[in-house]
Amino acid sequence: MSVDTATVAKIASLARIKVTEGELEAMVPELNGILNWVEQLGEVDTSNVEPMTAVIPNTLRLREDVVDADPLTGGGKREEVLANAPVAEHGFFGVPKVIE
Amino acid sequence: MTDLTELGVAQIRDGVKAGDFTAVEVAEAFNANVAAAQEALNAFIVATPEMALDAAKATDAKRAKGEDLGKMGGVPIGMKDLFATFDVQTTAASHILEGFKPQYESTVSQNLWNAGAGMLGKLNLDQFAMGSSNETSYFGNVISPWRKAGSNAQLAPGGSSGGSSAAVAARLAPAATGTDTGGSIRQPAAFTGTTGIKPTYGRCSRWGVVAFASSLDQAGPMARDTRDCAIMLEAMAGFDPKDATSLDMPVPNWEELLSADLSGKTVGIPREYRMDGMDAEIVALWDQGVAWLKDAGAKVIDISLPHTKYALPTYYIIAPAEASSNLARYDGVRYGLRDLPEGANLQDMYAATRAAGFGDEVKRRILIGTYVLSAGFYDAYYTQAQKVRTLISQDFQKAFEECDVILAPTTPTPAFALGENVDDPLSMYLNDVFSVPASLAGLPAMSVPAGLSKDGLPLGLQIIGKAFDEQGVLNAGLALEQRAQFTAKPEKWW
Repeated sequence: MSVDTATVAKIASLARIKVTEGELEAMVPELNGILNWVEQLGEVDTSNVEPMTAVIPNTLRLREDVVDADPLTGGGKREEVLANAPVAEHGFFGVPKVIE
Repeated sequence: MTDLTELGVAQIRDGVKAGDFTAVEVAEAFNANVAAAQEALNAFIVATPEMALDAAKATDAKRAKGEDLGKMGGVPIGMKDLFATFDVQTTAASHILEGFKPQYESTVSQNLWNAGAGMLGKLNLDQFAMGSSNETSYFGNVISPWRKAGSNAQLAPGGSSGGSSAAVAARLAPAATGTDTGGSIRQPAAFTGTTGIKPTYGRCSRWGVVAFASSLDQAGPMARDTRDCAIMLEAMAGFDPKDATSLDMPVPNWEELLSADLSGKTVGIPREYRMDGMDAEIVALWDQGVAWLKDAGAKVIDISLPHTKYALPTYYIIAPAEASSNLARYDGVRYGLRDLPEGANLQDMYAATRAAGFGDEVKRRILIGTYVLSAGFYDAYYTQAQKVRTLISQDFQKAFEECDVILAPTTPTPAFALGENVDDPLSMYLNDVFSVPASLAGLPAMSVPAGLSKDGLPLGLQIIGKAFDEQGVLNAGLALEQRAQFTAKPEKWW
């Protein structure tokens, strides 16, 4: 499989990365080079193989259902959460208008 | 008086404890080296000399009161700028996180401070840890302190932990943290004559580490020798309920149990790693490593890891797929850069911010990842890669029925020149051919400096072990180290 300019433009749009025409042109051969190379995986017979889900066998844990079980990741941290926001207003994240 | 910056972790810890010198003297000596080398090597993104001094003062005060100084008491270290550090800029070497000052501390860095270590600064790296030469950093290349004999050409310190490897090799820090997704601790260690170990996946918490590929990312120490790595790994590792994949197991006393006697151990030599056109020097070093391990008492056998050739393409599907998902969080809303063109709506803002904030290699990987995860291609690429990953992991499991550790080269070549591989992403990716398989299988693996190339550049040997058997890896590493007697260091030109 190979990608063309329109496909790369679609992927870039899905990934929310703005690309110029010139960047698109440059990316097409680069991405095709990588995709053609990874395609060799198709020759491996995986008909009876389960896809890996955990590299080290692990069971997911449950924590106690209590508020602020770990204060570091608990609530009441509005100032800390907003401390690095490019725009913070009235205790919220500021974004451009999304509702007309 | 001895030059304190020539000392490693164990020597500093023991010397501070014995009162041979103070922790403040150590911190001042390393702070001076960091400042003097910054312009030439660019190993640090931010230096934090006052934090190193504060930690050292705390250690000296504890000693005066007769208190325990901790596993890393009095040892200043470099912190890869992928670990969130409270109120100290954390960038992952990206523009999009420039100015980001976390309001929390990563578990691994906190563990190190709790063990008595101090921070010299935040180390440069490949942007979001994506690279093998430290040429993708927004904050400029790291320059290796090593040079070929008779040449002034700038060499790559390896990547992505290139600031870490350069700092340890140039005596700017006795040790540094690294992270390894496909070889980012081992390859830079090999390029700079330093020692680094990636532990079993889950040993070190990923909480507070900027995520690249979560099923592969694992932190580990980089230092001068095996003992120093054992000490620092003990301080870094441990169960963390904040990381769902953290191993709920006790941390062994790796340092105390170090032993270079490999009697009764079997070392496997994977025949698939002996590739056509391999550098003759690397082959010779590998053969030398076999002889050294036999001398240490080990039995050496041939083993087969039949899916080795598929490891790299598997990695270059899985890692970009996870990266494209992880990096979706950089949206210009919650932290970091925002680019809001005149009249732009929210979607335009996302796209403009990410275009301005990510470097070329990061964009390339996000696009590959987005493509292989997109509807219609998911099974052909991503599911197939996860199946092949299962086969690669099973190869190791079968091999470890016959052997205890595996010996291989760390890299296919010594350090290359900056700029040599930047125009061809694939040739850069091939650098990780020997390191990626162990990453895909989540296994502990380390690189030990074992010799010099004909041009006078360091070469590393890699030990890969069974899951949870860091001890076996460290012991084999120690056996190599004692026989290689690697004492070379870069001639100071900076």
